[in-house]
Amino acid sequence: MTYDVVFVVASALAILSALGVVLSSNPFHSALSLIGNLVALAAMYLLLQSDFLAAAQVIVYAGAVMIMFLFVIAYLGGRANEPVRSRPWWQTLAALAAAVAVVVEIGFAVEEQTFGDGAHVSDLFGAPQAIAASFLGRYVLTFEATSVLLLIAAVGGVTLAARRPAPREGGVVGVFEIERPEPTPSLQAEVVDAETRFDVVRARSAPDKETEG
Amino acid sequence: MHVGVAWFLVVSAALFGIGLYGVFTRRSPIILLLSVEIMLNASNLALISFGRYWGDQAGQVFALVVMAVAASEVVVGLGLVVAMARRRADLDVDSLRGLKN
Repeated sequence: MTYDVVFVVASALAILSALGVVLSSNPFHSALSLIGNLVALAAMYLLLQSDFLAAAQVIVYAGAVMIMFLFVIAYLGGRANEPVRSRPWWQTLAALAAAVAVVVEIGFAVEEQTFGDGAHVSDLFGAPQAIAASFLGRYVLTFEATSVLLLIAAVGGVTLAARRPAPREGGVVGVFEIERPEPTPSLQAEVVDAETRFDVVRARSAPDKETEG
Repeated sequence: MHVGVAWFLVVSAALFGIGLYGVFTRRSPIILLLSVEIMLNASNLALISFGRYWGDQAGQVFALVVMAVAASEVVVGLGLVVAMARRRADLDVDSLRGLKN
């Protein structure tokens, strides 16, 4: 009985907050709704005896990933808002039709099957040690591939969002008032180019066509 | 009412449909990423439901991998959004047509 009540509440919360993500015009509200959705899904994972997954969902998703979203939305400020431009009515209608079609198809497919009560599992099912035994035993190749994927994503994120190095200024600079000689623009460009592999902003006096490449 | 695996699958399908609708109708790349997150989570719910139904750990392992993929996708997607914003580009996926022709 309690199981049913928790399921109904969690699924209603998940669907309503998902609708909030899609329909809200403020991206900040969308992100906050998605946090609600993820927490409701974590409750459903608990109903499915996936304790470790529920914890990972709250920590990794509702914590880390969503904080990243909120930082970017705050960084963009008003520019994160939806561009105001009318779109033909049939596009919204077609999107609605496609979404409803997917739901109805899956619904029919589920309806056709007769599901039993499910397998009987021990208390260890979904516990951290059981997940670790699967992940580092049978699925160790998947584990390694995931680590490579995360490394690539981290490098890609840094490369995409990195700021281009600014040209070095001569004269007295910094808090400690260090006297810097006027830099030789070509040499500096070469050094920064070799160090960073980014497009380098060259000296203003000698505009170089090759910098924007 | 007995809550079996079928109910979880129906909820998963509903979430997937909502996410699909969001991807189709919204223009802001951030909302698009959020909608994709909803769809990935719907698939996670289906994976975990089936894993519980068959009493197999593999569903949960795959769900963890999907979480890692989703995190990577968010990192790259948000990196693209920040790069677009820094180049003063319009944050509108309909106006990003540089690769079209």
